[in-house]
Amino acid sequence: MSANLTPNLGRRKPPRVGDGPLFRRALIGTVLVIGAFLILAPLIVIGFEAFKQGWKTYSATIANPDTRHAILLTVVTALIAVPVNTAFGVAAAWAITKFDFRGKRFLLVLIEIPFSVSPIVAGVAYLFVYGLQGIFGPYFDAHGIKVLFALPGIILASMFVTAPFVARELIPLMQSQGRDLEEAATSLGASGWRTFISVTLPNIKWALLYGVVLCNARVMGEFGAVSVVSGNIRGQTNTLPLHIELLYHDYQTAGAFASASILAIIAVFTIIAKVALEKQGAGRARKTATRPALASNPAEKPS
Amino acid sequence: MKRNVLPGLRLSLGVTLFYVGLIVVLPIAALVFKAASLGPADYWQIVSSARAVASYRVTVLSALGATIFNLFFGLALAWVLTRYRFRGWRIVDAMVDLPFALPTAVAGIALTALFANNGWFGSVLADLGIKVAYTPLGIMIAMCFTSLPFIVRTVQPVLEDLDPALEEAAQSLGGSDWEIFRKVILPLLTPALLAGVSLSFARSLGEFGAIIFIAGNQPMSTEITALLVFIRLEEYDYQAAAAIASVLLLTAFVMLAVTNTLQARALRYTVRS
Repeated sequence: MSANLTPNLGRRKPPRVGDGPLFRRALIGTVLVIGAFLILAPLIVIGFEAFKQGWKTYSATIANPDTRHAILLTVVTALIAVPVNTAFGVAAAWAITKFDFRGKRFLLVLIEIPFSVSPIVAGVAYLFVYGLQGIFGPYFDAHGIKVLFALPGIILASMFVTAPFVARELIPLMQSQGRDLEEAATSLGASGWRTFISVTLPNIKWALLYGVVLCNARVMGEFGAVSVVSGNIRGQTNTLPLHIELLYHDYQTAGAFASASILAIIAVFTIIAKVALEKQGAGRARKTATRPALASNPAEKPS
Repeated sequence: MKRNVLPGLRLSLGVTLFYVGLIVVLPIAALVFKAASLGPADYWQIVSSARAVASYRVTVLSALGATIFNLFFGLALAWVLTRYRFRGWRIVDAMVDLPFALPTAVAGIALTALFANNGWFGSVLADLGIKVAYTPLGIMIAMCFTSLPFIVRTVQPVLEDLDPALEEAAQSLGGSDWEIFRKVILPLLTPALLAGVSLSFARSLGEFGAIIFIAGNQPMSTEITALLVFIRLEEYDYQAAAAIASVLLLTAFVMLAVTNTLQARALRYTVRS
């Protein structure tokens, strides 16, 4: 059709719905104002409250042995929970996307259960496994193994809440990539590991890293599940989020916000890493390009 | 079916089943077992106690309020981020994920600081006679914060994929913007909106960390169900904790089924060959 016949003479693109300048400005304005109040303001108030009593109070809080211990415990938890979770995520994605077996959909649902379960419920559930009133609690207790109110419990609870994080990023991607490359490598004589390292891994590295970044953020910030299983022992089983709660309820507001500012900085870096990885085609960028092949993937986003 | 030549099924499936069994299935089975060991009469008495029912009410109503707010605000935000380009839109787009990245306890104390009577927003609202912190309104705001990205991120890709030809056709037939939005665009967005709404609602029902700081936690009025579970634990009333936690677990499973169905439907309408 010639351009002369269309009503939009000489215009490249006809105005789309809602492109009127007045409406456009009003909508952008409204959304930005509400967004600033709801999302930006909490971030700003953390920095404001943390430094309200000056740099000295801030550095004194961070240097406090209990705070340092909480940071250490959070880092140790992440250093154990994240790699284990990543290994699981890769194994799950490999099994689910490279093979056909019965009950695959059911397995997918099981992997995603932690997304929908309240962290408090997760904590209580662990209590009934490893607590004294739980299934294995008395046995472990008799053998002097402490799971609850100690590091193992904190790690287990963190693993529960983040179980789907890596698998969820990998499964749709590996599904869409198919099995041809791996089958070719294997038929040329490459071992399973060799195939994975030199053929699969280069194709999934950004998505893998994306999952790891999100998983790490959640592990370091987990509050509900960990607060049930940790026992909140100051200087012993307090992770950083629990330490924040403790200081806050002790009316040490500046200290609570100083500790919170560390986690807020980690959150900002997580977002920056996320955007950078999306530029490489991971996460959301891929999901818009090619829709996930699995319709049964209920939680596209972390919770 | 052709024979699968790839190695590693036993190892990868073995690791997966072991991990899912140990980390996910075992604890949930233990909780269900514990709750089931109560017996129907005791169980019913605990889960239908006045305090428990009051906690369901405040949790569900606040989650409903937060989800309705997020339905409108999330849709508007997704619309602005896909349809308009303005300075800083990339930053706004990235900031939508802040509620996912910011630990809930951090969000909780930050929102409380903002909305307490001496806070930046709380003091202004107090002059208008509106109390937010330590009321159900505070619970709602915490839920709005934590569940906002669900709706934005579910609707955004569908909006991006919307075929401009549909709007052009409607425009050439003389439809006004509002008519086209209501009769052409909205029906196409509905499956994604519903999926986002159910994700957002489910998340609000289970939220704990962001809420307990701002809620005031008064039994019968501002005590959410997740907190009641926690309180029963601190009282060493493990049976009550198990019973009430099982209610939350059941709700989560129902929401998971609803979300799965809605998301499958949403995908059916967006997948292109």
